[in-house]
Amino acid sequence: MSILSTRKAEKIDSLAEGGTSLAMDALRRTFRSPVAILGLVIVGLFVILAIISPFIAPKDPYRPYPELKAELTPSNIPGPMPGFLLGSDQNGYDFFSRLLVGAQQTLFVGVFATLIGVAIGMIIGGLAGAFGGWVDSVLMRLTDIMLSVPSLLLAISIAALLPGSQWTVIIAVAMIGVPVFARLLRGAMIAQRSSDHVLAATALGVKRKTIVFRHMLPNSIGPVIVQATLTLATAIIDAAALSFLGLGDSDWRRAEWGLMLGNAQELLSVKPSLAFFPAIAIIVVALGFTLLGESMRESLDPKNRR
Amino acid sequence: MALLDVRDLGVVFKRKGTRPFTAVDGVSFSVEPGQTVGLVGESGSGKSVTSLALMGLLPKRGAEISGSVTFEDTELLTLSDKQLRDRRGRDLGMVFQDPLSSLNPVITIGLQITEVLERHRGMSRKEARVEAAELLDRVGLPDPQRRLDEYPHQHSGGMRQRVLIAIALACRPKLLIADEPTTALDVTIQAQILSLLSDLVSETDTALIMITHDLGIVAGLCDNVNVMYGGRIVERAARHDLFERSRHPYTHGLLQSIPRLNAPRGEPLTPIRGSVSDNIEWEQGCAFAPRCPNATDVCWSEPPELKADDGRMLRCHNPVALGDAVTEGAL
Ligand SMILES: Nc1ncnc2c1ncn2[C@@H]1O[C@H](COP(=O)(O)OP(=O)(O)O)[C@@H](O)[C@H]1O
Ligand SMILES: [Mg+2]
Repeated sequence: MSILSTRKAEKIDSLAEGGTSLAMDALRRTFRSPVAILGLVIVGLFVILAIISPFIAPKDPYRPYPELKAELTPSNIPGPMPGFLLGSDQNGYDFFSRLLVGAQQTLFVGVFATLIGVAIGMIIGGLAGAFGGWVDSVLMRLTDIMLSVPSLLLAISIAALLPGSQWTVIIAVAMIGVPVFARLLRGAMIAQRSSDHVLAATALGVKRKTIVFRHMLPNSIGPVIVQATLTLATAIIDAAALSFLGLGDSDWRRAEWGLMLGNAQELLSVKPSLAFFPAIAIIVVALGFTLLGESMRESLDPKNRR
Repeated sequence: MALLDVRDLGVVFKRKGTRPFTAVDGVSFSVEPGQTVGLVGESGSGKSVTSLALMGLLPKRGAEISGSVTFEDTELLTLSDKQLRDRRGRDLGMVFQDPLSSLNPVITIGLQITEVLERHRGMSRKEARVEAAELLDRVGLPDPQRRLDEYPHQHSGGMRQRVLIAIALACRPKLLIADEPTTALDVTIQAQILSLLSDLVSETDTALIMITHDLGIVAGLCDNVNVMYGGRIVERAARHDLFERSRHPYTHGLLQSIPRLNAPRGEPLTPIRGSVSDNIEWEQGCAFAPRCPNATDVCWSEPPELKADDGRMLRCHNPVALGDAVTEGAL
């Protein structure tokens, strides 16, 4: 295993320490900071936009408009005109409507990639943390291997092996998160295993299963929730990167920011705004999730507790 | 017949890359039904490790346990994990030092009591809730019905220790082990918790092993006292004998370092000099020798045995002379 991946693994393990029992308390503290509030506002607006965009989009994002098509040539993509706020895209669709609806598809990819990563990671980490011993050793070597491959390369390899569809992107991006969540939950559960209240429960003869599910797991998921928030940001960026590399969704019509950005790359000289707007949208949303996640992590850190 | 019989208990911690460390060595004592036995010694003397070994709570890897622990004719040290889990909480209860961290912060107090009642007394959740409220009432928590749905952080340390005592006694164990149950509490609360504990164990006829570093606590509570030093028992006596005339220089030193209200003005406190880190190995001689005012050459060269002497058990080459003791009334 490389030094780099060892360092990665150690960093993740150290994040898991400190427990989470004070999650509520921590949340309250989180939202005292303006940075956290900014993050929450960005994320909130994004989610609202994702939900309502199909209803507020002025035009249908999934069909070409003759007005736009009429002026569309390989070297000229129409800019803003009446009824079409940002003009046309390369296929004669309403760019503005697609940009709005893109919030929904982008959130979809980000959320599912993260959820799948969390789910698989928690199963691996939970088993390792609950059983210890050789189960732990085997599973952790597995995550070490996954961590030793640079994350985007891992996603690229998976995406290259599977047919190009939206779910391929989701699964490829999810795999990046798996070892991170696994190690995080394992670390937190191991910390829980030697905690006073787990010892006390063991001294009362409480069953193993109950100890794991009632006493260890609920006290271990705080760091996972924080990491999931941060992962939403990277998942959206990684999905965009896959699309940019042509390994993304093969349905070019789908209005998703990463895909729109990927498909705009040959048109940078013709109409740069086709790349610019989706890129800005991705960056702002990723920033929102990162600000939120980092402030949550800070307030969960026992060192910062007041 | 004794309820609990500990014979020659030894615990050695072994970890790769470090020297094996003997935390408990040749510890023997017994507890009669309903009896309160003290286990006294300064921090690091092996009290907690002893209690964890009795409960089968030491980590399986890294801790080597020897000797025998018989509880009502059952050898506990060879029980399977499952058999132990069935007994813990039902036959043997335990109260730990830190009430702030010994409760699960994310589930209600009610659930933490009912889970034990459901587990060992086969109650339904409903029955268990009724019983749980009664238990909380018995340990002196006002408004127990409401407490059931509250979380640990809503309670003070003293209240939480009451809850932990209620949980430990929920299944009416025959033996309760209390490992420094008041060390983390304020002095006034300490007294309340101690009197609660002693009331409860005498009401229910539960045997109690009281682990503490505070001889004052032992004086008010225990029938029999074991004084531990460096993982071994160095003196065992009935409470009265121990306080009347402590014979081991370590016990003697402990008693003399307690401030007494009726001491003549200006009489200095005499703390035991040095610290545990000065200990020599028991294999070499007496571990206490470097700190002992009575130490002679033999103490540095020959390990003392635990022997009957003067109506007690004593592990010392040069015990304190008989006329030279602190009286119990002075405490
Ligand atoms: N799990 C462990 N691994 C190694 N050493 C331990 C472990 N638990 C306790 N010890 C050591 O055993 C000795 C006795 O500890 P303990 O029984 O906790 O003392 P106390 O009398 O204060 O309760 C200490 O020196 C401690 O460092
Ligand atoms: Mg202790």
